[in-house]
Amino acid sequence: MNSQVPTKQNFTKESLKKQFRLSEFLAEKIISSVAFLSIAIIFLIFIFVFKESLPIFSQGKESVKTEMQQSTASNDKPESYGAETESLQPESYGGVEKEELQPESYGGVEKEELQPESYGGVEKENLQPESYGGVEKEELQPESYGGVEVEPLVAEDNSAATAEVKEEKESSIWDSLLTPDWVPVSENPRFGLLSLLIGTLKVTIISMLIAGPIAILAALYTACFASKRTKEIIKPIIEMLAAFPSVVIGFFALMIMATFFQDIFGYDSRLNAFVGGVAMALASIPIIYTISEDALSSIPKTYTEASLALGANKWQTAFYVVLPAATPGIFAALLLGVGRVFGETMIALMATGNAALMSANPFESVRTFAATIGAEMAETVFGETHYSVLFFIGSLLFIFSFGLNALAEFYVKGRLIKKFQGK
Amino acid sequence: MKDIKIQVNDLSLYYGEKKALKEITMQVPANKVTALIGPSGCGKSTFLRCINRMNDLIPSVSITGQMLVEGVDIYDKNVDVVNIRKKIGMVFQKSNPFPKSIYENVAYGSRINGINDKNTLDEIVETSLRQAAIWDELKDRLGDSALGLSGGQQQRLCIARTLAVSPDIILMDEPASALDPISTSKIEELVHELKEQYTIIIVTHNMQQAARTSDHTAFFYMGELIEMGKTNEIFTKPEKKQTEDYITGRFG
Amino acid sequence: MNTATKEINSSLLSTQNKNTDIKGKLIVGVTQLAVFTIIAVLFIILGIIVYEGREKFSWEFISSFPTNGMTEGGIFPALIGTFILVIVMSIAAVPFGTITAIYLTEYASESSKFAAAVRFSVRTLAVVPSIIFGLFGLGFFIQFIGAGFDTAFNGGQLRWGQPNILWASLTMSLLTLPVIIVSVEEALKTIPRELREASLALGATKWQTIKNVVLPGSISGIMTGTILAVSRGAGEVAPILFTGAAYYLASLPGSLSDQFMNLGYHIYIMATQSSDVEKTMPIQFATTLVLLILTLSLNLVAVVIRSRIRRKAK
Repeated sequence: MNSQVPTKQNFTKESLKKQFRLSEFLAEKIISSVAFLSIAIIFLIFIFVFKESLPIFSQGKESVKTEMQQSTASNDKPESYGAETESLQPESYGGVEKEELQPESYGGVEKEELQPESYGGVEKENLQPESYGGVEKEELQPESYGGVEVEPLVAEDNSAATAEVKEEKESSIWDSLLTPDWVPVSENPRFGLLSLLIGTLKVTIISMLIAGPIAILAALYTACFASKRTKEIIKPIIEMLAAFPSVVIGFFALMIMATFFQDIFGYDSRLNAFVGGVAMALASIPIIYTISEDALSSIPKTYTEASLALGANKWQTAFYVVLPAATPGIFAALLLGVGRVFGETMIALMATGNAALMSANPFESVRTFAATIGAEMAETVFGETHYSVLFFIGSLLFIFSFGLNALAEFYVKGRLIKKFQGK
Repeated sequence: MKDIKIQVNDLSLYYGEKKALKEITMQVPANKVTALIGPSGCGKSTFLRCINRMNDLIPSVSITGQMLVEGVDIYDKNVDVVNIRKKIGMVFQKSNPFPKSIYENVAYGSRINGINDKNTLDEIVETSLRQAAIWDELKDRLGDSALGLSGGQQQRLCIARTLAVSPDIILMDEPASALDPISTSKIEELVHELKEQYTIIIVTHNMQQAARTSDHTAFFYMGELIEMGKTNEIFTKPEKKQTEDYITGRFG
Repeated sequence: MNTATKEINSSLLSTQNKNTDIKGKLIVGVTQLAVFTIIAVLFIILGIIVYEGREKFSWEFISSFPTNGMTEGGIFPALIGTFILVIVMSIAAVPFGTITAIYLTEYASESSKFAAAVRFSVRTLAVVPSIIFGLFGLGFFIQFIGAGFDTAFNGGQLRWGQPNILWASLTMSLLTLPVIIVSVEEALKTIPRELREASLALGATKWQTIKNVVLPGSISGIMTGTILAVSRGAGEVAPILFTGAAYYLASLPGSLSDQFMNLGYHIYIMATQSSDVEKTMPIQFATTLVLLILTLSLNLVAVVIRSRIRRKAK
């Protein structure tokens, strides 16, 4: 009929010419730059955490020199250094007191009651300057320190370490890092990371031994055996455990679990690697569970159907077909679980006892890397060696978790592609 | 020149390595309905999506050859894809109204073109809905959600939405495949009315529908254009054996 | 006929499959036990905290200041501090996370190296230990930006170069960023392709399509992400240990450069460094109960919204 539409050409080069749309251009640029920020954050985290730890690389020798000069008191710097440790920071002294006292206390008195006392002792130290002298006395008399003879191992290490102190003064901070002695605040601070490493590993191993099997078995049940309805109930409940803040788990471990386990096993120190490990298992179970469950459920139906059609049972299919096929995913889950435990701070602070000991006994107090940062960072002074060493520990933790994640990601992806595409 | 709207020269399309359309050459006449038929997977929908460059959205797709619309190659580097799509509208197989009100669905195209004046929008909405022959059904409930409409109504709403941007060419990708017979016949009537003003290309797997609605028919098979001609000729005396086999129902 | 097949079946079972059957039951039983253990432990923790905390838990406890050297009174400032923390954190993290998610779902092409790097970074952010964020906050926000700002604009007077609520919130926002990104991404993916195509076919540009069709459809996803992030941020303590949390403050924070009290930090302090741990036990449990109610209920809301989105997508 009537043609409203102009019969003239609608399509000309001019009308279709590429337009520049500013809003479009801006939107894309802004969105990509914001996305870039997350890459930038990773770099910034590494740079800034690592940057603060740089002094121990460049000034390692210098800081040792400072320590030496401190005894002769010929320079301005050591004076202020001494002032910091002695007058400005009584609290940090209290912190040391706590550490040094704890191993001793359970060497001397076997009663459990002593532990909470020495815990609250931090506060008391702040209030009573007399106990201050106690610390100095201890520093002056290494024998009393080495005199702890519950575990020959500990005693040996400690006395050996004290003997090393003099040599350490001449060597750089790097040699100090590889010793077992973690005495950050004293006249001759020692930053041995070995005992912290042992502590961290102990807690990690204990918690993974508990969390790994439980979480994977639970995931297997959810993915392979549970009915759809049960699955819909179980999954959110277990994932709810992930919503428990770690400070709550730490608190529970400190207040309830520690006593409970002590009553059962009857060991000496109430807070120890085992309690911390169990508590951290609670924190890592939801992670391992969720990722394993995903991996198990994403096995193609054809796999399981083929197995069932051959006459295999549900459980045989689960164990011989589904579980092996999902191994890469479960491995990734375990890696991420390790990452979580390794860097967990609040639970470690509250439930492990925080004593830097060299011991393989799972029922002794330990001190982890993360807890050390958490407990001591607030007491350090910007720029001092202790501060830098804590940041150095932070860089280690960051590199470790970064590596774990990269491994989980690339290993798993590679394996899955191999498995399902036969490449 | 005037009655040829689209001239396709040696158009090939690749999904990665796989060649999905093989050297298509055809002419689409203006203000007529052209039907694309063929068994599923023959490339007719893919070809349709080439005409308004919807295939640009798939990263692995690459295209060679020419697609001249009124003499302008729409795959030219200097051509703006957004303007192409404003001129070449598309109605999809599955009705896809936005989760907004009926009014906002029709007004969407105008709004993104910067028209926000209430009176103008009202007019555009009414004209478009009338053109799509759905105004009487919907005029009292323009504020309701479009998702509450029946399948047939939704599809006609989508046609109205396309008309509202006043395109020149309308592409329809099996617009009635998911609808009941009554809705289907309504859509077919609509297509018939719309060809006065628009050039329409319709993909269908329903041969009766192609016969009823179209003036020209193109038969696709395995990514190739086998035959194209006037609809009544294609259906009564096809030149190629494959076409005859398909039309008589021997495969597909 | 029927009985015959049954007999055959049972004979098959008794001869061949008896052993495997017992083994199977055992295995399924063990996996069931694992599930049961987890759920039991979860409810035991919940039960004990509710039981021990109920005594002190009251409106008065929530709405009053701690008194008498924190051995009595309530947790009002800690609660308010936590609220401010999560609000500032959300203001920083939600737009940032949403935009990153938009980039990943809408703009990033599959083969793009840049997109892969963004994805990897987001996943790395999710596994970096929370204490590292604390270190970063101290090294970057406080020492670098804050102290830098002070020397440049405050004439060296210390105001921003020390722990405060702003730096703590920003630190926390980095930690919760992946939570938001993942939730929003999931929601964006549920927007059907047909809707995007409809919009594009009408001549809308990419950004117009995102703004008018994609984003409105994923509001609930953004909400889920925000709620989950808030729940996470309210419970994390490690990142704020040295970026702004305070042991005790007599008044509420008045500006972003003030320190603040925080529920989680309060629990930690009270449980490990209180002058009388025994006496304040009920307070500690009640505080834990409050924190747990806060995080769990937020999580529950998020789970409900999320399952609705998923059902809608089907």
